[in-house]
Amino acid sequence: MSNKTIARQGSLVIVNTAQAMKRGAWYVTEARVRTLFRWIFSLLSSSLLNPFFYLMSLGIGVGTFVNARAGSTGIDGEKYIVFLAPALLAAVAIQDFMSEVTFPVLQGFKWDKTYFAMNATPLTGRQIALGTYFASLIRTIGSVVLYFAVLLGFGAVNFGRAWPMMLTSLYAAGCFAALMMAAAAATENDDIFLNLMGRLLIMPLFLFSGTFYPLSSMPWPLQTIGWISPLWHSTELGRWVSYGHQISPLMIVIHFTYLFALLVGGLLWAFNRFEYRLTK
Amino acid sequence: MLNTPKNEKLIEAKGLTKHYGDFVALAGIDFAVHKGESFGFLGPNGAGKSTTMRIIAATLTRTSGDICILGKDPAERGPEIRAHLGVVPQQDNLDQALSVTDNLYIYGRYFGLSKKFLRAKIEELLDFAQLTEKRDVKVETLSGGMKRRLTIARALISEPEILMLDEPTTGLDPQARHILWDRLFRLKEQGVTLLLTTHYMDEAEQLCDRLMVMDNGAIMAEDSPQGLIKKYSTKEVLEVRFGSEKNAGVSDQLKEMCERIEVLPDRILMYADDAEHVLEEIRKAGLHPVTSLVRRSSLEDVFLRLTGRSLVE
Repeated sequence: MSNKTIARQGSLVIVNTAQAMKRGAWYVTEARVRTLFRWIFSLLSSSLLNPFFYLMSLGIGVGTFVNARAGSTGIDGEKYIVFLAPALLAAVAIQDFMSEVTFPVLQGFKWDKTYFAMNATPLTGRQIALGTYFASLIRTIGSVVLYFAVLLGFGAVNFGRAWPMMLTSLYAAGCFAALMMAAAAATENDDIFLNLMGRLLIMPLFLFSGTFYPLSSMPWPLQTIGWISPLWHSTELGRWVSYGHQISPLMIVIHFTYLFALLVGGLLWAFNRFEYRLTK
Repeated sequence: MLNTPKNEKLIEAKGLTKHYGDFVALAGIDFAVHKGESFGFLGPNGAGKSTTMRIIAATLTRTSGDICILGKDPAERGPEIRAHLGVVPQQDNLDQALSVTDNLYIYGRYFGLSKKFLRAKIEELLDFAQLTEKRDVKVETLSGGMKRRLTIARALISEPEILMLDEPTTGLDPQARHILWDRLFRLKEQGVTLLLTTHYMDEAEQLCDRLMVMDNGAIMAEDSPQGLIKKYSTKEVLEVRFGSEKNAGVSDQLKEMCERIEVLPDRILMYADDAEHVLEEIRKAGLHPVTSLVRRSSLEDVFLRLTGRSLVE
């Protein structure tokens, strides 16, 4: 061994246990964000290219056709791209937040088993869950802000009026992500989980949540998918703040409350599953 | 909670049990580990070694009994105990996508260690683990031995009071094992309390001051490696082979010539303080083994005596 050895003081001296226990969730957040920074260029490029292509093809491409058919009344009284923008922002927030809370959880419990390494430190299951969640929130704030900037560039939103749309999108995404994080922590079979998530959850939610046309224009049995879909609740709130889409005060309360219930239920379930998996 | 004098017994367990439904993983074991000693759990797979380690690591709750680690009950004060443990699990659980340095840094932060402290500590640990040249390499590209050394280095980032190693060298080639043993020796010299499980006799003999032989969730014996050999075996062993079909046939005759005999499928082990003399007697009796080997008794012989089974099957 060379002269790099520093005099051993021992953990009783160097580890501030009370502080480590108090700030555990923050340490996990910090580690996750540090990991995310390794992919910063691919994250940034997908966050910018994704909305660019969506808006070019749907907002402008399909939009030209829809606007021509809708005439002066527009869709929900607006140009198609304005109608579409809140839904796209809501969708990207949900998708990014969900990816960031599900893949690290599968990695942590199944692939690399890094959560077990984390749990060998003062960290608790609850702190690991919260840290994973907070880091995903930070990453999603990044994508939502970038997406909003592209929407501004396309003239799909008016900044002064529509900026709270970023908050409603984040709120809905965060609420749903809590539930998805718990589901990922509860799953033993990652293949089935990823297939179910991709094919039975993401696509139907995207297609039946009033994303591309008002939910009310679909047959009512299909509308029920929208009612349970966080994307529909998020889109409705987004359209309300973006261009003044008409919603009754009761519905606003229902949207917020439904999403909040997902958040509380999701987090409680996640804490429970994390503790269980780590001490099984 | 048990009352343990500080700086004496770091770990003390009494009547420790763990049940999984009807399965008894630990059947009420007692043991104590003292500061600065190197304590080993020796036993085959399923003996209860890893279960005991996880209870000590405060990541698995016991079914009954008492256990006290650094004066605290792990069921109630897990995070406080874990703050002073370094854990090397059986299976490396490094973050494969991150670099060697990042793995160490992130882990250090989980203990709340400052960035300044970690910068110096990481240099020291890279040197210790002979990974300085690999510092910026992603973990997924490292060899098995390097990953193992990194996992050990990671466990040392917080200068733990107790370093726990679960099967530290399983799956490593002989050279990698020897490098690892050398590193663990150095830690022992620094006064770090080592707690390890193994099913390798040589590892147990090399590294442990004291050993607990386990089987089926119970303690079969506990002593120093030499003490165990002295207590449960003879000085020497004669291994003879007569061919797999004849081994059983001659065993009655051989029994008379030594203190104890074990007939294994491929060979016969004859226990005596002077094995050369036994070999002479065999020849005098007109028996001609195909091969014969005189060796010193090992922990393998102790295990065979205690459990009737070979340790590595």
